[in-house]
Amino acid sequence: MDIELMINSFPKLLSAAAITLKLLSVSLIVGLIIGLLFAILRLNKNTFVNKFSYGYSYVFRGTPLLVQIFIIYFGLGQIEYLRSTFLWVVLKEPYWCAIIAFALNTGAYTSEILRSAFQTIKPGILEAGKSLGISNKIIFYKIQIPIAIRQSLPAYGNEIILMMKGTSLASTVTLMDLTGVAKYIISTTFKPIEVFIVAGSIYLFMTFCIHNVIKFFEKKYSF
Amino acid sequence: MELLAFGKTGWGDELFIATLMTIAVSITAMIIGFVFALVFTPLKLSKNKFFNFIANSYTTIIRGVPELLVIYLFFFGGTGALMYVASIFGYNDYIEINAFITGAFAIGIISGAYSTEVFRGAVQSIDKGQFEAAKVIGLSKFTQFFKIILPQVLRLAIPNLSNVWQITLKDTSLISVTGLVEIMRQSYIAAGSTRDPLFFYSFAAVLYLLLTFLSMKLINKLEVKYSRGY
Amino acid sequence: MNILKKTIFSVLASLLIVGNVYASDKIKIGTEGAYPPWNSKDASGKLIGFEVELAYTLCRYMGRQCEIVEQDWDGMIPALIMRKFDAIMAGMSITDERKKAISFSQGYADEVASLAVMKGSDLEGMETPAGIGLSSPNGDAKKALKTITAALAGKTVCTQSGTIHQNFLDSGDVGKINLRTYKTQDEVNLDLVSGRCDVALAAAVAFSDYAEKSGKPVVLVGPTFSGGAFGNGVGVGIRQDDTELLKTFNAAIKKARKNGDISRIATKWFGFDASM
Repeated sequence: MDIELMINSFPKLLSAAAITLKLLSVSLIVGLIIGLLFAILRLNKNTFVNKFSYGYSYVFRGTPLLVQIFIIYFGLGQIEYLRSTFLWVVLKEPYWCAIIAFALNTGAYTSEILRSAFQTIKPGILEAGKSLGISNKIIFYKIQIPIAIRQSLPAYGNEIILMMKGTSLASTVTLMDLTGVAKYIISTTFKPIEVFIVAGSIYLFMTFCIHNVIKFFEKKYSF
Repeated sequence: MELLAFGKTGWGDELFIATLMTIAVSITAMIIGFVFALVFTPLKLSKNKFFNFIANSYTTIIRGVPELLVIYLFFFGGTGALMYVASIFGYNDYIEINAFITGAFAIGIISGAYSTEVFRGAVQSIDKGQFEAAKVIGLSKFTQFFKIILPQVLRLAIPNLSNVWQITLKDTSLISVTGLVEIMRQSYIAAGSTRDPLFFYSFAAVLYLLLTFLSMKLINKLEVKYSRGY
Repeated sequence: MNILKKTIFSVLASLLIVGNVYASDKIKIGTEGAYPPWNSKDASGKLIGFEVELAYTLCRYMGRQCEIVEQDWDGMIPALIMRKFDAIMAGMSITDERKKAISFSQGYADEVASLAVMKGSDLEGMETPAGIGLSSPNGDAKKALKTITAALAGKTVCTQSGTIHQNFLDSGDVGKINLRTYKTQDEVNLDLVSGRCDVALAAAVAFSDYAEKSGKPVVLVGPTFSGGAFGNGVGVGIRQDDTELLKTFNAAIKKARKNGDISRIATKWFGFDASM
């Protein structure tokens, strides 16, 4: 067991973990907005809108994240027309391609979580709001959304951890996140076990923190 | 569309074989995962704190670390470990493990961690009365497990196991590192050769969707079969 | 304990049946198949290239049967150690770092590296000597490095991961750059052409081969590099404990060099004599 290697690689891996966290937080924020949007669309009475958002979540949950990121990075990069538009400023950077892929992916899962949370709100609560004369719009924003968020916390906490593991795929499109740097160190030192222990521990530590933060919010907002 | 033709000019036949490979690896990995789950679920549920610790470490580590990292561990270090074990038994000659086993095993370990959680949850939600009744009637431990507990566990576990199957199926896309030619790798080769990544990766997505769709249909049939009598 | 031993042994035995037990006189040689003109694949997927042809020649001299196996670049050395094959002939330069893990035969060909850009890039026309050696850099080489550092400052430079080219760019000899690494040379070429990379670094012949085959206006800029981080020539990679095979390969290379085979094959694939 090469302890020296483990100590030496720790700082490099730690700074790469910062990139992982950056990718994670931006993807989650954008993904949450997308998820909320599509969850609402899913509940819409219009069958076309309904089916469209079901289709979106079906496609993004039914295909591997790796395929999604490859299509956005390599596939879109191939289209000559796109290269001449202003979109290229964004698609040129692997960072943004990764964010787009991650956000769309987590958006799909999030929309399912939020949708099921909306659908399991006791109808009694909505009726109470209506009988008090509160307008539908305010019921939605002040009652449905907060309750849905509280109900989704356990499942969404899970989704955050899954997305954190998903960010490791950024290493397949040249981004040097924690997994990317770990792979580089493994392939130059040929000591996979030592590097796995250090990199894995960093991931586990982040999982541990996220898990506890979610638990804290669950307690704080439980009724 | 001619890109997908079967035969020399099109990639259709290669992609078809790659799809079969994906299915083969997924099934093998799922089975390997079940073997792991059969070992670790009882460890998790046992009263022995040490066994608990081992089983919990397994599920926590494998579910908390990215699959890619686990795969790199196996790919860059796997055979070494196996050969070390073999040398203890005096087999000092070299063992060549093919990419299929390496890949299926790596995914299998990951799948096993999720399956363990599913089985644990299923066993814990079976009414304690069932265990007591089976014991009281005087059935042998073997019969108790296989004829009473296991069928109920399967019924409860199938919905969640279908999730594990989806995860396993999609994770197979990551073992292109080991050189195994499944859907992702074949698309990568085709995309590189024809300079048309958009077409081939989109088609790969279609293939995965197809597999997902068909799996769901099959699993629904299984669910119906195991829910008979309820 | 006996039962346990038996079960473990039978599991291993069954893995052997599913895997393949290696016990023949054949030499398996691993190559990437994605680095023309050193090694690549033809339209039918067959492995071709300078090293493939050289491999068969060497095997003739060694009097052994050979099989060429394809392997991804980043798994090349682990695959050798794992005995997936017995030798590496994949344009792998002899470097001290790699020598820590494997042995190398004597070098059979030289690889000079160069930067490349798309025609019209502002990096064209760099004022540097035609080639610089980095093993013991003289004043000219040091000046060239300074010019390059200034030119590359803040630019996006792309190269294949796990290569001597990446080592050079990481070494700080060219200052702070935005480094991007890719799995294959092909991906580097694609991103250079699409504009995602300002400049790329690889073997000079790799770029000229790509420019010729794809018709894209990729041009070489700056000096050619050799020595230092770029290692000392390309050799056959062999497991450290395989001393017999190493001797056999070295003898074969000596013969091939004496008979002019290496020069001939090199000229055929590179357009010039890259042998050493």
